[in-house]
Order: sequence, then structure tokens, then C-alpha cells
Amino acid sequence: MRKPETRLQLFDEVVKWARNSAPPADYWTLRSVAEESETLSVRRDVVEPARIESRCGAMISLVRGPGMGYSATSDLSAGGLRAAFARALHWAQLHAGLGLFNAALFPRSDAQSHYRTRTIEPWEARAIEDKLALLRDACTALKIDSRILDRSAWVQYRRVLQLLVTSEGGRSERVLEYVNPGLAAVAHARGQTQRRTGGGADRPGQGGLERIAEVGFLDAAPRIAEDAIALLGAPECPTETCDLVLMPGQMAMQIHESIGHPLELDRILGDERNYAGTSFVTPDMFGSYRYGSELLNITFDPTLRGELASYAADDEGTPAERTYLIRNGILERPLGSRLSQARSGLPGVANARASGWERPPIDRMANINLEPKDDSLEELIDRVEHGVLMDTNRSWSIDDSRNKFQFGCELGRLIADGELQGLVRNPGYRGISADFWRSLAGVGNREGFEMRGVGNCGKGEPNQAISVGHASPPCLFRGVSIFGGG
Amino acid sequence: MRDGFFALTAELAGSLRGNEALFCTLDGEDSDFVRLNRNRIRQAGSLHRRRLGLKLISGDRQVEGSCDLPGGPPQDPTLPRDLLARMRNRLPQVPRDPFLDYSSMPTFSERTLSGDLPDPAQAVSGLISEAGDMDLVGIWASGDTMNGLASSLGHRHWHQSRSFNLDWSCHLEKDKAIKAGFSGFDWDGAGLAQKVAGMRRGLELMARPARTIRPGRYRAYLAPEAVRELMDLLAWGGFDLESHRSAKTPLMRLVEGERQLDPRVCIREEHCRGLIPGFTAEGFEKPERVDLIVSGAYRECLVDSRSGKEYGVAVNAGSGHPESIALDAGDITRSEVLDRLGSGLYIGNLWYLNYSDRNDCRITGMTRFGTFWVENGRPVAPVEVMRFDDSIYHLLGDQMEGLTKVREMMLSTSTYGGRSTASSLLPGILVKAIELPL
Repeated sequence: MRKPETRLQLFDEVVKWARNSAPPADYWTLRSVAEESETLSVRRDVVEPARIESRCGAMISLVRGPGMGYSATSDLSAGGLRAAFARALHWAQLHAGLGLFNAALFPRSDAQSHYRTRTIEPWEARAIEDKLALLRDACTALKIDSRILDRSAWVQYRRVLQLLVTSEGGRSERVLEYVNPGLAAVAHARGQTQRRTGGGADRPGQGGLERIAEVGFLDAAPRIAEDAIALLGAPECPTETCDLVLMPGQMAMQIHESIGHPLELDRILGDERNYAGTSFVTPDMFGSYRYGSELLNITFDPTLRGELASYAADDEGTPAERTYLIRNGILERPLGSRLSQARSGLPGVANARASGWERPPIDRMANINLEPKDDSLEELIDRVEHGVLMDTNRSWSIDDSRNKFQFGCELGRLIADGELQGLVRNPGYRGISADFWRSLAGVGNREGFEMRGVGNCGKGEPNQAISVGHASPPCLFRGVSIFGGG
Repeated sequence: MRDGFFALTAELAGSLRGNEALFCTLDGEDSDFVRLNRNRIRQAGSLHRRRLGLKLISGDRQVEGSCDLPGGPPQDPTLPRDLLARMRNRLPQVPRDPFLDYSSMPTFSERTLSGDLPDPAQAVSGLISEAGDMDLVGIWASGDTMNGLASSLGHRHWHQSRSFNLDWSCHLEKDKAIKAGFSGFDWDGAGLAQKVAGMRRGLELMARPARTIRPGRYRAYLAPEAVRELMDLLAWGGFDLESHRSAKTPLMRLVEGERQLDPRVCIREEHCRGLIPGFTAEGFEKPERVDLIVSGAYRECLVDSRSGKEYGVAVNAGSGHPESIALDAGDITRSEVLDRLGSGLYIGNLWYLNYSDRNDCRITGMTRFGTFWVENGRPVAPVEVMRFDDSIYHLLGDQMEGLTKVREMMLSTSTYGGRSTASSLLPGILVKAIELPL
């Protein structure tokens, strides 16, 4: 694997070329990205083909007069860069005459930043044979019953080096590393299939091999398989309206779909209406709209160590800091990068992000977290006379304005008179965002606060998928419409 | 690029040792993207991408890898050589692979789909001019895509196409919008003007006061674009052999014979359409078609090389995910659709589909774009967005009244990981009832 230092040397040569040879422009940025990844997986005790991937390219954004354009290339030769700058200039010239806004709004950055994921045990510290042995052991541990028809254990490593340089002297350097393991067991009997995941599958994050133990990878295997078998014989989740306790493994998707996306400022400005959609949130709501109960506190937080989208600066060089989006239930601030802030006149955060070198940055979530309060999980359950606890998202759907949602989870458990009861299968629930967050009646404490995330959030035209972090404790909601399968 | 790719493969193959074999793939594009909002340019740019895939085989061990190519022609072989060396080091560290399979006899093909494309700047300027004061949002994507396969055993395949894909919608307030697409290989400015004119007419109807309908069951017509969303979701684990054999497919009850679709439902993968590469990454040639569902009953799966070897079935696809799906036509003519619907919903598009119960192939999602309430065969008002939640065994089964005679060919607008060359050939569907719970 090419070391980051080697890639950085290549990128500095690219920067040198740009500083000497870029066409005249009012402003440009050059974002060079090198990504290395490895995937190891075992399915039904057979090691699947080991995969080594290497990505490398650069994105140029250029402003001249009222126009702006971009060009991305994997050809980092002088010829390739010259062609890319020429194409970016070409688009800037078209935009100058037909642009939605004057490119004078495009943010300039001269900021310096440096970020590197802290790892305790680097990926290279263990031999491939040891990693495969661990995966094989985990896969074997899933094989507890002949009704387990499919079982998988995997670990993926990713390292992303990005160097962002601007014509105004800005330089933002970062190295992100991720080790993401996971387990899955699929049980089938009498026309019913149940899939259960764990071992880190829904706990992606930054870090090194130490994450494997942190997420309890190997220990999780028997329980996952037992759950899958038990769900086969469990009754369907009832169809009714009742109280709902959501574990962090589902809170992540609830936050993602019905808080994160609606607060993206470029959606509010209409950019995504042809694809990802718009938002029920309007600019006049900020500062006064009651988004949820007083227990609802949502932060944009790039500072949590190990969370998926922690960084020092966004992909336009804006320094990132922890900021409240919703405080005590009142909507304060959108998820808008500096360009969207300039277009709208609203405040925002440092969230201009791109999925890689091939795509331009747009407003994205980064780490969007629900801040903990005071209740233990036991205390939340104790407050439920009649309800269901749901864990681990498996299905998600919401309308294009981010109002009418529906989610499904892998596992449900009845609650009666403040006590957990038996399993229910195929649990799901649906609702409307505004009503739902106002029904938030309990928020777990810091002990229950877990970092989760979504590894493939899709948006943008052209499309791009990016990873985002969501940390949350368990939460209690009153009066939710739930349903089961069949 | 083709010659450069083949030359690079030959150079890498020349460095092989012992009984090693090497399969190389190329996935590349030179694309232009112009993104629009409020009928003005929001973001415009270009992409030059060349991605090399390598599969190194030694006996019954294999390692896969990929890297971005840094420049050329001629291609600088340094990075590919480095990658190959890393893969060679990895080979003795991995166990024998019982499901390794590849085509050992060389195969050859070459296909170029050339097009008469306009300069994107001119095409976009023309669209903006045509749309005038409409609130147009969308994206122009155009350029060349290329896929190649070459091996040390002598395989040589190349597939290249030049196409455009204009995907846009025009908006009134809130959810009131109409969507359209215009894609292909040869530009037709007059055709685009007609589409824009059609949207103006659609927006006149959309401008009427929206009707809120209560949750319940409704007669409905799903236009081809809406059917495409259903097919796209079904494609997610619905048709691949591994999902079928490990009970993960949402069509398990169809496979086990417990459920049936309407006998008029025939779904197939049509590789003969020729819009996607006709070869797999392991050198197999795809058959002309694969009949997935015939007369409402399960027939065959899509079988890639790995699952084919695991389950002892012949390879018939590059992956388990359909890329050229087709649903057979019926007998409802375009002019009959609204009369046959009578009173109910005309659903132009669906959005954000997912499974609500995979065991029953129950799917949920939202109406979006161009959805109207129809009374006695006449569209009378747009409707507020509604959530549906219903089983494919109903929508394509006991609740299906008919399919349209004319089908629509739709090129995929997906650009995740690269501009897709997938396509769908689908009719509209008339259903007696669709469940709308919210």
C-alpha cells in the first residue's frame, strides 16, 4: 500500500504545477484525493476474494468573474491537469452567462488545517492470515443451527488522504482511516426468513484494528445467530398505536432521514428537487420553529473522536466546529456550507463534502448527533405501560419533503408495565416528522450514548454516496403507529 | 483508449510467473455534467476517469484489485505494476477458493454505440431558452463511457458508447411538479422542444388545487416510470442466484411455489439490447436473454461466475443485478388508460421504495411527480403525496388488471460510481387497488 507520505509528495508536485501553470482565475481550489481500501470477508466458511483498491485523482474548482466550473481527473500528468483546468474554465464561462448565482458568492479560503484519525493498532499490525482466521472463527460461531442458511463475517479497511489547496494560500491536509467489521446471519424456516446483523455492522467509525474489539465483534456472533433463529418463531409485531423505545441502531436512521436531510440548506434552496428532494423546513423557521420536544438537542459535531465524519475542515477549507442545530426543541441553524450561507443569508456549518475526487462538494451531513439527557435505558422502559422496543434498522423510506416516513427494524421486543417481554418479528413504524419529534418523551443518558452512522448516504446530481455519523442514546416516543409483517 | 488498455494488459501479462493468469477490466468515462435549478446553471463540470480492475489467479487462489490510471496514452504502467505486485504478495496468504471460475477459452467482442451529440453548452442553453420562465431543476449528463476486458489467456472485449441523458422536472409550489427524461444516442432538438411543451400542459393541470386523499385502497394506474421504481427495488436481491439459494430473496414465496404473479407477468433480462457490455469480468459471454419470471412463475436467476460455481449453474450474467430488464407488454392502449382507470389515481412516479416485509415482498414508498386524481376517466386534480405499502404479489398479481400495449425504453439516470448504461423496457400497469396507509 502506498504510504500517505508518498502520495503527499505526488500531490505537492501537482500543486506546484497548478501554482505555476493554472490559467488566470479569480480563485481556484485543487483537491487531490488518494484512497486505499482492502476488503476481507468469509461467507459460509469460504473466504471470498480478497480485494485491494486504490483510487487517486483531483478535483479542480475555478472561479472567473461571475462564473464557476469544476473538472475532475485521474490523469495527474501535466497534460491531464492542463486539460482539467481548461474544462473547468470552459464551464465557468458558460456559468457566467447562465448561472443561478454570481460566483462571487463562492467561498474563498486561506485557512490552514491538519487532521489525522487517531489509531491505536494500525491495519498493517496484523497479518492477513490472522485477520482471516478471526473472520473464519466468527463465521463458524454463527453456525449454531441448520436453519441458519447464510452467514458472513467481514472487515473493511479504508484510508483516505486528501490535500485541499487554494489559490489564496489555503491548505487543508487530512488522513482518515476506518476499520469496519460486521456479521450477518440469515435464518429460514417455514416460509419465513429473518436476517440479523451485528459485530459492528451498524457501528462504522474512524480508527484502527482496535475497533474490532471495541464493537465486540467475535463475542457478538452467537447472539446474532440466536436472535435470527428466535425471530423465526416470534409473533409478528402488533399493528397499533403505542409507545416506542428506539435503540441507537435505529435512532441513527431516524435522525438521518427526518432531521439531517431536511436541514440541508441546498435542499431548502431547491437544488435537489429533481432527485433527493426538498424539505418541509423553510428559511423563516430558523430561530423559532418548534422541531421537537424540549428534550431534543441536535448538534453538528466534527470533534468526536472515532465518529465517522469527524474532521478539522470541510472540502472547501472551512474550519469545522461543534454547533447546535436544534436546541431544546427549537430549530436554530441549517446544515449549510459557506456557499449556501451566502446564497441564503442564513448561518450554517462547515459541511461542504464530496464523496471522493470525482464529485464536487455539496451540502452534506457530517456527524449529526442527538445529545444525551438523563435516563438510563431501564428508566425509559420503566415509563412504558404498553409499547415496543425496536433495534437495528433494516428498511427506510421517507417522502421527498422529509415528512412521511416509514422504518423497519430487525428486532422488536414488547414492553408491558415497564418490563421487557418477548420478541416480535418484522417490526416497523411510520409517522410524520414534526409530530414524531414532538412526541419525544425520554432521552437516554451518556452511558447509553452510542456512535453509529450511515455508510452510503446518497444525494446530488451527479450522484454521490458519502458516510455520515449519528450518535444517540436510546429514546422514548409516545403514541407511534407500529406494524408487523404479513 | 482501447488499444492502450490492450497494450497495458499485454505488458502486465508479460510479467506473470509460473501458472498465473490475469484478467484485466477497464471502466472509464469522459463525462460532462450540467446541473440546473430554477432554469439556471447551479454547477457544471467534467470528469475524466479510468479505472483498471485486476484479477490475479494462481491455481485455485485469486486476489482482486483496482486502481485509477494516472494518464496516457501511452498508459504509465507504474501504478498497475505496483498493484499487481501487492496482489502477488497477497496470493500465498489466501486459501484455495472453491468458487473461483473463469472462462478458460478466449472470447472476443467489440461494440461501439456512437452518437450524434450536441455540444453540451449548446444543448443546455437551448433547454434553458425553451423552458423560459419555468422552474426547471435537473441534470444534463453526456459523453463517452467505456468498458474493456482482456486477459493473459487471450480474451479481448471492448464496449464503448456515447450518449446523453437529460433528467429534469418542472415545479410549481411545494410537491407540485412534473418530471421528464430525454436520453439516447442521437440528439433531437425538436423532440426536446416537444417534451418541454408537454410539461407546460402538465403543469396546467398540476396548478389546480391539490386534493388530499384519505388512507385507504384505491384503483391506480402506475406509469412506466413508476413501474421502473418497483423493478429497481425488486432487482435488489430479487433475481440473483445466491439470494435465491440462501432464502434472502424477497421473492422466496414465488420460488417455493407458495405465491404466484399474474400469468401475464413475464420479466426477463435482455442482454441482446446491447446497451451494456456483453461480457463478464471473467471472460464469459452473456446469453441473449434470461427469462426470470414466465407467466407469473419463477423461471431462472441471474448467475454470476462465483454463484454459478457454488451452486453448479451456468453463468448467464456479470452480476446478480439486472441491467436490461424488461416486462412484457399487455393490451391496454395509451388512449384507453384513463377510461379503464375510471376513478382512481394516476401515479406518474414513485419515490424512495424499500421493503416493509421482505417475506411477503411487501414494498413501501411514496408517490411523487405527476400524480393525479382521475374521475370518470378525466384527470381532475393533483394529489398530496401519499405513502403506499403493498405486496408485489398483489400489484403484479391478484390486483393487476392489465398492462399497456406500448412500453417505454428508459435509460438509467444513475451516476453512482459512474454513468450507468443500464436500461428498462416497461409498460404501465393498471391495478384494481393499491394500499395507501399514510
